[in-house]
Amino acid sequence: MTIDKGVSGARGKTGASSPIEFRLDPSSGVPTYLQLVQQVEHALRLGYLTPGDQLPKVRDVVASLTINPNTVLKAYKELETKGLAAGRPGQGTFIQATLSQVALPELAVLRRTLLGWLASADTTGLDEDGIVALFTSVLRDFYERRRGGHRGGQRETNTGSEGVA
Amino acid sequence: MNVIETNGLGKSYRHIWALHECTLAIPGGHLAALVGPNGAGKSTLMNMAAGLTVPTAGAVTVLGGQPAGSPAALDGIAFVAQDSPVYKNLSAGDMLHLTRNLNRRFEQRYAQDRLAELGIPLKKKAGKLSGGQQAQLALTLALARRPRLLILDEPLAALDPLARQDFLATVMTAMADDGVSVLLSSHALADLERVADYLVVLSGGAVRVDGEVDDLLASHRVLTGPAGTGQHVEHLSVVQAKRAGAQAHLLVRISGPADPVPPGWEAHPVSLEELTLAYLRAPGSTEPPGPPSVQNAEPTEMAR
Repeated sequence: MTIDKGVSGARGKTGASSPIEFRLDPSSGVPTYLQLVQQVEHALRLGYLTPGDQLPKVRDVVASLTINPNTVLKAYKELETKGLAAGRPGQGTFIQATLSQVALPELAVLRRTLLGWLASADTTGLDEDGIVALFTSVLRDFYERRRGGHRGGQRETNTGSEGVA
Repeated sequence: MNVIETNGLGKSYRHIWALHECTLAIPGGHLAALVGPNGAGKSTLMNMAAGLTVPTAGAVTVLGGQPAGSPAALDGIAFVAQDSPVYKNLSAGDMLHLTRNLNRRFEQRYAQDRLAELGIPLKKKAGKLSGGQQAQLALTLALARRPRLLILDEPLAALDPLARQDFLATVMTAMADDGVSVLLSSHALADLERVADYLVVLSGGAVRVDGEVDDLLASHRVLTGPAGTGQHVEHLSVVQAKRAGAQAHLLVRISGPADPVPPGWEAHPVSLEELTLAYLRAPGSTEPPGPPSVQNAEPTEMAR
């Protein structure tokens, strides 16, 4: 209990210097370092992190999640290898590149459109699992068709109706 | 630098080997979990590394070749024995005073700040503190000596889940701040999944498997397939086999994630807990190729 003081103090600092805070999903089966990497990538895609932002300090992550510092270092090294972040000696690790291909306002528009679609799916009686299944299948078809020009041509007739949905 | 290195290390008590033919090399910079059932030889190994027990056979060195128990070794190691020993009748402040005067190096300031942060009053008798606070007090005294290797014998056993979390957070922070290496023993692996990046599994006085956690997870998998035929899998080194009428699950050691999956079998990754239990359950005596092959693999892993 008493250690909370130290931890929340650390957390406060994190909030001031880094726009994101990590959390862990113990049941996901994804290795801890990879969860950290994925959360940074996710935040980059959604524009929560932009170049120049600082990632949480290793010490703060370690104290708030109770994980091995080597795990955090491994995650940050992976982000550096991917060219997404860079370490500055004595300061910390900073975001260097971006993954979001779309600016924030456009993201907001897309989000609204998607919400509208979800509402109509909901009114037709589709539940969450059904929506996820439909979305995943359409998404896969969409990219499959785009990737394999010839293969896509064959499938077009099958997937055409789904594509409209 | 290896923080602990043992060679054919053994300790016998009245003709019974508490630890036998133990050969290990634990590299620095890790939190190494020493896992095994009660009586596996964990405390014996730790006591010998700390220089408190003299080996019956073999040798143990610490911190890059210092003989265990030598002045240089004692200076660089902090050891917290089982059940977080504190003098129950001394106040926390007196414990600080005592430890400072018994050690060449002791950072009074760090210890005081740390206890204040934890809300442990200096005037209160150690025996009146909660279990979690007593553990934190013992840990603080150990860390204030600025050790390069911290040895913790079953520090979590008597703590409630919250106190465990707090205790481990202190250890992890010390690792991040000072780069201290840690050897921590436990019979409950669940608490260690996130904190340990090196694993030593001990049972029946012998090392069953050891290595970096990531390497171990990458070099083991579970194969699920037909039980009857041993087809395509007879060449694999099987750690544990579970067979039902039609289906078999084999936990096998492989050379890497790229190892081909035998035809007709399905491969799944293993968790650290699954892997540890498999090695603990595996009848070590009937499977002599197991441990030696593991130890043969060790030098190459160390060399990297």
